[in-house]
Amino acid sequence: MKTTGTIQGALAEFDSPQALLDAATQVRKAGYRNWDCHSPFPIHGMDDAMGEKRSPLGWFVSIAAIAGFAVALYFQYWTSAVAYPIIISGKTYFSYMAFFPITFAVTVLFSVLTTVFGLVTLIRHAFHHPVFHSDNFSRASDDGFFVSVMGDDPRFDPKGTLEFLTSIGGRNVELLQEAQG
Amino acid sequence: MSATTIKASDHAAEPLVWGNPQFRDVTQTVSEIVEARQTPLWWWVAISISGALMLNFLVMIAYLFWTGIGIWGNNMPVAWGWPIVNFVFWVGIGHAGTLISAVLFLLRQKWRTSINRFAEAMTIFAVICALIFPGLHLGRIWVAYFMFPIPNQMAMWPNFRSALMWDIFAVGTYFTASFLFWYTGLVPDWATLRDRAKDKWRRIIYGVLAMGWRGGNKQWKHYEVAYLLLAGISTPLVLSVHSVVSTDFATSIQFGWHTTIFPPYFVAGAIFSGFGMVMTLAILARIVYPPVKNYMTITTLERMAKVIMLTGMMVGYAYIMEFFMAWYSGNKYEQFVFINRMTGPYGWAYWIMFSCNVIIPQMFWSQKLRRSVPVLFVASIFVNIGMWFERFVIVMTMHRDFLPSSWGLFKPTFYDIAILAGSFGLFFTLFLLFLRFVPMIAISEVKGVLPQAQVSHHHGSHTGEGER
Repeated sequence: MKTTGTIQGALAEFDSPQALLDAATQVRKAGYRNWDCHSPFPIHGMDDAMGEKRSPLGWFVSIAAIAGFAVALYFQYWTSAVAYPIIISGKTYFSYMAFFPITFAVTVLFSVLTTVFGLVTLIRHAFHHPVFHSDNFSRASDDGFFVSVMGDDPRFDPKGTLEFLTSIGGRNVELLQEAQG
Repeated sequence: MSATTIKASDHAAEPLVWGNPQFRDVTQTVSEIVEARQTPLWWWVAISISGALMLNFLVMIAYLFWTGIGIWGNNMPVAWGWPIVNFVFWVGIGHAGTLISAVLFLLRQKWRTSINRFAEAMTIFAVICALIFPGLHLGRIWVAYFMFPIPNQMAMWPNFRSALMWDIFAVGTYFTASFLFWYTGLVPDWATLRDRAKDKWRRIIYGVLAMGWRGGNKQWKHYEVAYLLLAGISTPLVLSVHSVVSTDFATSIQFGWHTTIFPPYFVAGAIFSGFGMVMTLAILARIVYPPVKNYMTITTLERMAKVIMLTGMMVGYAYIMEFFMAWYSGNKYEQFVFINRMTGPYGWAYWIMFSCNVIIPQMFWSQKLRRSVPVLFVASIFVNIGMWFERFVIVMTMHRDFLPSSWGLFKPTFYDIAILAGSFGLFFTLFLLFLRFVPMIAISEVKGVLPQAQVSHHHGSHTGEGER
């Protein structure tokens, strides 16, 4: 192991999606708060095992969709009936039915952009993270299943946490610390 | 919750992925294509041809801007000509990707996982080709900004009642949504490539693209909701885009265009042509990268053949129903348009369209033919040809309108042909770059549908499968 930086957390590997799911239940029951389960694909039922709340993304997107709808419709009304009113094919200035295709498109556009930028925000996008200090962790995007516990968790204790992770079936248990030099 | 976590029990008969791969095998098979130090010779040959065509495209566009659209065959009465034919053709092809990634996702068709990345990439490249043509067709490129609602010194605003404005918003939104959907799906796979990277630059580039993905469930839970939302939002979008394209025609007063059947008819045709192009490209990818055959299995191709046959019949229904309505309406102009389509100067194009789109897909009633790769390949080429001719036939409706004195014929020029060929060059160049530098199969999604990815629950709160 590379040596001696601040200890930022602990990492343990598990053999299969099922083992990770079972371990998650154990870690939650042990009362840890700032921890995570890493897997190459989402595992069904993991949110329940970890006691995770449902993602709020749907609410953000609903609000964005309503905003997109309102902005598009108002903008078309304002340009066609207020700022530059001209009669085309005998239609009224505010011909809302003809405005609908664009209103729909802008609603979708707002929703899609909010989904993606909301996702980037919610996943706590960061290029540096303690888990990346582990060499073994590169397998989390291949075929490895990991539990990580962060050092700022109130129950975290370098020795105790490592023992706990081993006791619930973890392999290659290690502390996450910055490599020096 | 998502495509990646649906239970494996519903179609137990045949595995989705052949060869019983482990998680590591999936990573290896897909990543090594991107990581290979040696670029295969066929790739250089292919990109030389497509790159030359693409350069020709750029030269032709430059010449077009310099000289004006008089270099094309467009003239009254056929003012639209090939640029609009090509636009509708490419937008149509661009429908399969999002259909596969969004609609089939909501319908829980797990077989989509092996082709969705591929099909979405194709969608994006086809829409890029499509977006170029209306711009070229403007004629006055220096006022292209009139297409967008930009405040200007004349205090003028676009006419939002126009189908052409609807088109800009629909296709522009479609491009953005398809691109973001594709990119979101790629994030976990960028992380895989980052983690496997041997040299620093690869690690930095893929690391930036992966946006710090670490596969934690605190990320996956948002990711899965985002994916579901994108699929839900994109589903009506797929159906709306070609409907809006059809209104370019249907909101005019031209006989043969002014019909309510156009939106569904165009959407069915778009899905039909998109699947044709996905089929062509999937078969080529299977030839050049044999390990991919275990993912894009013959059963996946067979399912695509079924979609092609179904949508081909929808298109055939529309062709026949147009005739019926022309007769039933009792309107002699409407009737003339359709008789003229079949027997007029462009009757040959009509029959090419009809044979390729309606008759040829009928052979897929036979399972033997559906599972024969050479047959599928030839049929998919015919679908591509037939759908180009469909748009040609529709646009050529203009050539004989109400006044016989204004009738005329359209003849493509060298520049029409060179620009169409050039757009294929752009499309294939982008696609070859995609094959070489981007994982062409969604690694994390495929892992999620493998049998060993399935788990059982024995913690009380969770009851029943499906959406929570």
